[in-house]
Amino acid sequence: MHKHESVVNANNATNADEEIRALEEQLETDVLRPLVTKPSREYYLICGFLAAVFLFALFAWSTQLWNGLIVTGLNAPVFWGVYIVNFVFFIGISHAGTLISSILRIANVEWRRPFTRMAEAVTVFSLPFGALCPIVDMGRPDRVFMIIKHPHGTSPILWDIICISTYLTTSCFYFYLSLIPDLATARDRLKNAHPFKLWLYKTLSLGWTGTERQWRILDTIMTVMSVLLFIIVISVHTNVSFVFAVTFKPGWHTTILPPFFVLGAIFSGIATVIVVMAAVRKYFGLERWVTDWHFDRIAAFLLALTCFWFYAMFVEHLLTIYLHEPAEMRIILERFVGRFSLMFWVMFALCFIVPLPILAVRKWRTIPNLVIVSLLINVGMWLERYVIIVPSNLNTLLPWGTFHYFPSWVEIAITAGWFSGFILLLLLFARFFPTIAIWEVKEGLHAAYKPRQPVFVKSES
Amino acid sequence: MMQQKNNGVAFEFDELLFVSKPKRTSCCMSQTQTQGCECSQAQEAVENAKSEGGWLRRKFVGLFGALMAAVGTLMFKRKLAAAESSKKASQHGEGKNGHTPKWGMVIDLDKCTGCGACVVACSVENNMMLGNAQLAEQSRVIRWIHLLPMIEGEYPNIKARLLPMLCQHCDDPPCIYVCPVSATYKDPEGLVAQIYPRCIGCRYCVNNCPYTIKYFNWSDPEFPQPIPKGFNPDVAVRYKGIVEKCTFCHHRLQIAREKAKAEGREFKAEDYVPACVEACPAKAIYFGDLNDPESEVSKLAHSRRAFKLLEELGTDPKVIYLSEG
Repeated sequence: MHKHESVVNANNATNADEEIRALEEQLETDVLRPLVTKPSREYYLICGFLAAVFLFALFAWSTQLWNGLIVTGLNAPVFWGVYIVNFVFFIGISHAGTLISSILRIANVEWRRPFTRMAEAVTVFSLPFGALCPIVDMGRPDRVFMIIKHPHGTSPILWDIICISTYLTTSCFYFYLSLIPDLATARDRLKNAHPFKLWLYKTLSLGWTGTERQWRILDTIMTVMSVLLFIIVISVHTNVSFVFAVTFKPGWHTTILPPFFVLGAIFSGIATVIVVMAAVRKYFGLERWVTDWHFDRIAAFLLALTCFWFYAMFVEHLLTIYLHEPAEMRIILERFVGRFSLMFWVMFALCFIVPLPILAVRKWRTIPNLVIVSLLINVGMWLERYVIIVPSNLNTLLPWGTFHYFPSWVEIAITAGWFSGFILLLLLFARFFPTIAIWEVKEGLHAAYKPRQPVFVKSES
Repeated sequence: MMQQKNNGVAFEFDELLFVSKPKRTSCCMSQTQTQGCECSQAQEAVENAKSEGGWLRRKFVGLFGALMAAVGTLMFKRKLAAAESSKKASQHGEGKNGHTPKWGMVIDLDKCTGCGACVVACSVENNMMLGNAQLAEQSRVIRWIHLLPMIEGEYPNIKARLLPMLCQHCDDPPCIYVCPVSATYKDPEGLVAQIYPRCIGCRYCVNNCPYTIKYFNWSDPEFPQPIPKGFNPDVAVRYKGIVEKCTFCHHRLQIAREKAKAEGREFKAEDYVPACVEACPAKAIYFGDLNDPESEVSKLAHSRRAFKLLEELGTDPKVIYLSEG
């Protein structure tokens, strides 16, 4: 069941208790070490660079606000471009956190334990950038509150705003709740940390002392919120897909789009978590707690998602080809052999052809390969959103002519800036807070020693 | 679950969650109850605080309920007012036969010469941006009417013609359903309108327009300084970041109604003529009330030559084209 089982000596209870205590001690030391050690020069350099890119993106946005959207590559009939691609992408990767920490928590999947913290961090840090994208895309971002003043119930944009703001609030709260016990551990153990950090841990841990009662309350809230988040997470990407699926556009108006979007979101999200976790493990030396076994399990999960992704892709295109409606066929041909064929087939290779053998063959399923494949999947999923959004925009129903779209420097700068901001937040987080949910891994240690009895097993007598 | 050492922090985690029970002080744990300590007082204080908490909660629930009721009433009142005003508008717009008019346009392609006079008339009437060479090259200059070249058949048997293309004023417009702020809507007389001061510029309506006939202001319009006198004071100038489109010159409808009232006569459908209809030298554009079976447009709309663009989508356009085929 668990890697640590090998060290278990079940016959000697006191011995086991001591061993658990020693392991816990080691875990706390390992996970909390990056919080007190001085970051390397490279860390500061990378953070500075990312901050500079982000500031440049803000400058690019300001030029767009000043001059209007004329500074973008957007032009009729391509009304939505890279900004909306980024919107779908960022909201997409935010789904991993909730999937791992809520759905896998409900299902009590053992390998989730070391991943939950960073998965939730990916959710919380990618969501604000996702939510910013449509605001950047707006012609009049100053009027965004008109949506609350004059809400129009039939518009998916209104549903999106409701869903995403609910999701952001709920996942921030959920993320914070699961941090409390670890913050208390940091507060109690890191006596020699920087006074600011100590103050931070003391304030944020809300006087957590780990009594039975506190644990019961936390457990209840986490369980309720897991179920709640599970519902919200499905609704969020469904609504993001509704923005496209409810329109007239050929290529957008399909019923498979909502489940496909949810699936794609989880797919790219899990890939992001793998990359983030591999980096954390390597630089903080946490090989003992995020083992190869954990990566092997999450890789198997990614493999399943790869197959599902292909299935949805296959069904969508096969049925459209059989329908043979001229406007729909134009989009399909644009993707298969037309101007977007390179992008489409590269996307297909990155999301399916390359990951499938690497994830399926045990010999190739090594950690470096897994990281490369995960990065490729993320690139592929970004391209997938591009291939969904742009060709349908370029092909008008009436013969208005032939159009082209290429993002301008402003769009590219803002895209780069949003990605930098996301990575920067993750880097900062890793130096201020524990990157592994200590309490959750501890729980796993205990479970490995004393496996929980399933309630539905009938007694033999 | 893991237990951690209680290091005596006075601030209890569960206090934050408003589920606090009377806290057991250390004296209770060490001494027997009979000895009597200040613990009982503390307990009393906690009980008081609890009931106070309950009172607060009840108060909060009451306040929240009242707030919701107030918001509900306000919204309902606003809805009522809106219904009232739309009713008034429809009464106001009653035609000579006592029905609400449904404004529509018929364009006779057999008469149309493709001269572009309608485009010019529309631009002047509606204070269009002048544009410059750079904007024209990027095709960012907004004109509410475009001459759409339609090529039918395959080479060598092709037939090309120019189709004056403007907002189709669909009777079931797809653009209005997706607008998050109701900035685009269909008025009781069937005109599809756009509220410029409310539009947030998300361009969702343009994306859902099957005819791609709404326009987005990519930048601020440039006008010669000082602004020449030819500008129309009845039409708002549109600035960057919002969507605009053909309005069937609805300001002319308002003017015609006011004029009829001032002259003390009944408003007739013939009083309302959009600029493009007025300017067409070939008299290829007809405009009028589609709900009036006697009107010229409604007769032409039912003629053998009539067709609508992308009729299969079910948007039911109120711009009808005539062609011998």
